[in-house]
Amino acid sequence: MVTYDHYLEEPGSLDVEYFSTLGAQRAGHDFHAGWLEFEYGATAWWTTELYLDGQTTFHDSTVFTGFRWENRFRLLQREHFINPVLYIEYEQISEADKIVKEVEGHDVEADHAVPNANARQGHNHELELKLLLSKNFSGWNVAVNPLATKPLLPSGPWEFGYAVGASRPLALKASAQKCNFCRENFSAGAEMYGGLGDTISPGLHETSHYLAAVAAWNLPSGWTFRVSPGFGLNDNSHRWLMRWGVAREFPGFGEALGKLLRGRQ
Amino acid sequence: MKAAFLPLGVLLLGAVVALAQADRSKARNAADSRFDYAELAKAPDKARGRRNPLAGDETAAAGGRKLFEQHCAECHGLTGEGGKKAPSLIVPEVQGATAGALFWVLTNGVVRRGMPVWSKLPEAQRWQLVRYLETLKLDTPPATEAK
Repeated sequence: MVTYDHYLEEPGSLDVEYFSTLGAQRAGHDFHAGWLEFEYGATAWWTTELYLDGQTTFHDSTVFTGFRWENRFRLLQREHFINPVLYIEYEQISEADKIVKEVEGHDVEADHAVPNANARQGHNHELELKLLLSKNFSGWNVAVNPLATKPLLPSGPWEFGYAVGASRPLALKASAQKCNFCRENFSAGAEMYGGLGDTISPGLHETSHYLAAVAAWNLPSGWTFRVSPGFGLNDNSHRWLMRWGVAREFPGFGEALGKLLRGRQ
Repeated sequence: MKAAFLPLGVLLLGAVVALAQADRSKARNAADSRFDYAELAKAPDKARGRRNPLAGDETAAAGGRKLFEQHCAECHGLTGEGGKKAPSLIVPEVQGATAGALFWVLTNGVVRRGMPVWSKLPEAQRWQLVRYLETLKLDTPPATEAK
């Protein structure tokens, strides 16, 4: 749920997704961060996505924390030994944001202990770049995502991070019958992600890292359910992060919207 | 306040460009379908010569039909007759192509023409799709009602 493979949204399709992260906070209150994603396949080589983030910190408050605009560009026309996709994201979020969609620089658990009233006073404008590298073999997809983030306002050093993951459908061959519970509709895997410091202080000190199991259930009707229990790997990490999400694909959305805008049947 | 409007403006511009790009790509496909079939001829000899490991599997086509309805019918039509977004698959170029060439195009897509890569489907499922494509004929009745 953090690691990306190299597959983009199908052209003209809109994926509407809701995801949430339930996090355990040692010094402070646990939280439930939710976000909405609108993922649109502009072309077969370009997917654009809008995120709206929010969170509830228990015994504190619920706040909207900002938006992200993500773009993924397929760099090569055909499949290769390793398939690269360029990821560019602009974020305008407050410091109260807790979706932990990626971990970068010296992000640590203590960052999320600040009460919402104080944290939401700080705003970040960031540019995030990732190189999504992915490969399939024997039914497995293995992906590696190095990332670099540049705080624009206020300006700051480049921050680095990583995510690696592998997943596989439970069955490689499709059954002949239509079914919701066929094994090929389920996939499972694991991922690991964390920060790698910044240009001022690169390395693993004062960074957080997570290991998570991931599972997905893709229904033929276009619905997808995902769940991912994750665990912090050091003292700077949340003890656990429980993620889950639901997504619904709307094929032909672009065509329908185009007709609507042009006033045609 | 002005600073808040700038990213929103950029976002709106991006949305318009994304929709326009999708429209342009679709119009180009409709205007010139030669490229869609030409892609089959670009399959390397080694790929073209590959045999379908599920060729003797009687259930493969049924599974392929299910996958076709799920992933391909939206653009190629329920019976592969083609549509505004994608070409017909019931033409000599496709029906005369080797299983290996069809598998190669499925795997690599025709990204510049709007067909995504389908290597996200496991190899066995792509072979099932190839098996189903080989069963398509002009007189094939509609597979099922559209969902």
